[in-house]
Amino acid sequence: MKTSKKSFAKITALLMLTGTAFIAVGAVAEKTIRGDHFATLRHAPLNTEPTPPPLTNEKEHHGSLARNYPAQAPIIPHQAHKYQINRKVNQCLSCHDRSRVHESKAPMIAISHYLTRNNHFLAQVSPRRYFCTQCHVSQESSTPLVKNTFVDVDKLVEASANKKQH
Amino acid sequence: MIEILKKAWRILCKPSVHYSLGFLTVGGFVAGIIFWGGFNTALEATNTEKFCISCHEMRDNVYQELKTTIHFTNRSGVRATCPDCHVPHKWTNKIARKMQASKEVWGKIFGTINTREKFEAHRRELAEHEWARLKANDSLECRNCHNFNYMDFTRQSPRAARAHSTALASGEKTCIDCHKGIAHHLPDMKGVKGF
Ligand code: HEC
Ligand code: HEC
Ligand code: HEC
Repeated sequence: MKTSKKSFAKITALLMLTGTAFIAVGAVAEKTIRGDHFATLRHAPLNTEPTPPPLTNEKEHHGSLARNYPAQAPIIPHQAHKYQINRKVNQCLSCHDRSRVHESKAPMIAISHYLTRNNHFLAQVSPRRYFCTQCHVSQESSTPLVKNTFVDVDKLVEASANKKQH
Repeated sequence: MIEILKKAWRILCKPSVHYSLGFLTVGGFVAGIIFWGGFNTALEATNTEKFCISCHEMRDNVYQELKTTIHFTNRSGVRATCPDCHVPHKWTNKIARKMQASKEVWGKIFGTINTREKFEAHRRELAEHEWARLKANDSLECRNCHNFNYMDFTRQSPRAARAHSTALASGEKTCIDCHKGIAHHLPDMKGVKGF
């Protein structure tokens, strides 16, 4: 009898504890969400909908833009969002394909785009290169969300050469 | 039935005894105006975007696509509606286009384009009609809004200014040669010049 009374008290205490725990969790969930203290690009708690920054327009440049490293996919120096690229049509190729550049005076897509992954030549653009905007992008005049610490390899070489001299 | 028709025909063929020539002329004139007006009013009613997208083939396909383009919303707030690009302003051309459009209405009634898949299958053919028409009339419908004489090249993007001051200015090419797919998704373009 004594033991059963004791265990009853124990169970009640346990139930009450879990109950309060649930209430506590509920109260917390209302204000913040787990992970809210992480720094994200969102700059707002996950359970709120911040006002998005205004859209900017793609920039138009004269001529091509410098590349930051040899293997960089060249930047598109003009607007490109309205060009259709899908299974049926690729409007980028209507200027940049080998068969079109003599008329459009646009630069031809690189020879690498006409190779299979085993370096065999193809008559047409390789399917793995077909969706231009996977690698090539236009530029917009918006402020970067994270600071860019990229240093051109030429600068690194120069710096190390300077160090050796001293 | 045939008897009635025969009788009606005989009456029509007989010279009028009861009505004066003056009445007949004026009457015919008035009736003409009424019919003509009615015809043109009916024509005008079919000349609105509301009419164009009252059938789901147009509403669910081309209209949805148009909505994402510059001719639907833009910074200037000027809209191009279906008839702006698709119906000629000149009366003879208008009638010709309407007769062609009747075929498309036929397509609706008999369901040749009543699903997205069927529409896509016919899109190339439909597009070719529009390209041919705009090529033949030197992109008249585009020029109703975009007047070459008032284009300021210094305000255009470098590529636009180059293309417009050369091939367009010389008349070698017209708007539709370079601006296909300006308002809708393009069909499979295999074999189309310039693609
Ligand atoms: C009802 C008038 C109207 C008609 C008809 C019309 N347009 Fe436009 N078009 C406009 C307006 C308005 C704009 C947007 C101007 C702006 O705000 O920059 C525009 C923009 C354009 C642009 C710029 C696209 C861009 O992304 O900057 C092109 C190209 C164009 N039209 C081509 C055509 C062609 C080709 C046709 C004929 C098939 C045509 N337009 C028919 C009114 C019209
Ligand atoms: C020789 C090809 C060519 C012809 C012909 C042509 N355009 Fe263009 N147009 C271009 C190119 C290239 C651009 C810039 C890139 C783009 O919009 O795809 C352009 C851009 C435009 C723009 C946007 C302006 C800007 O600053 O980018 C408008 C509006 C326009 N065209 C209207 C027309 C109209 C209207 C006609 C017919 C009277 C016409 N174009 C004929 C090639 C052409
Ligand atoms: C700015 C001009 C413009 C406007 C506005 C426009 N169209 Fe078109 N439409 C075209 C051109 C140009 C084509 C030829 C195909 C192409 O280049 O995309 C075409 C093609 C079509 C076709 C043939 C199928 C296809 O996709 O090629 C249909 C159907 C059509 N338009 C219906 C409509 C309807 C319905 C509307 C109104 C909701 C509309 N269009 C508004 C310019 C326009």
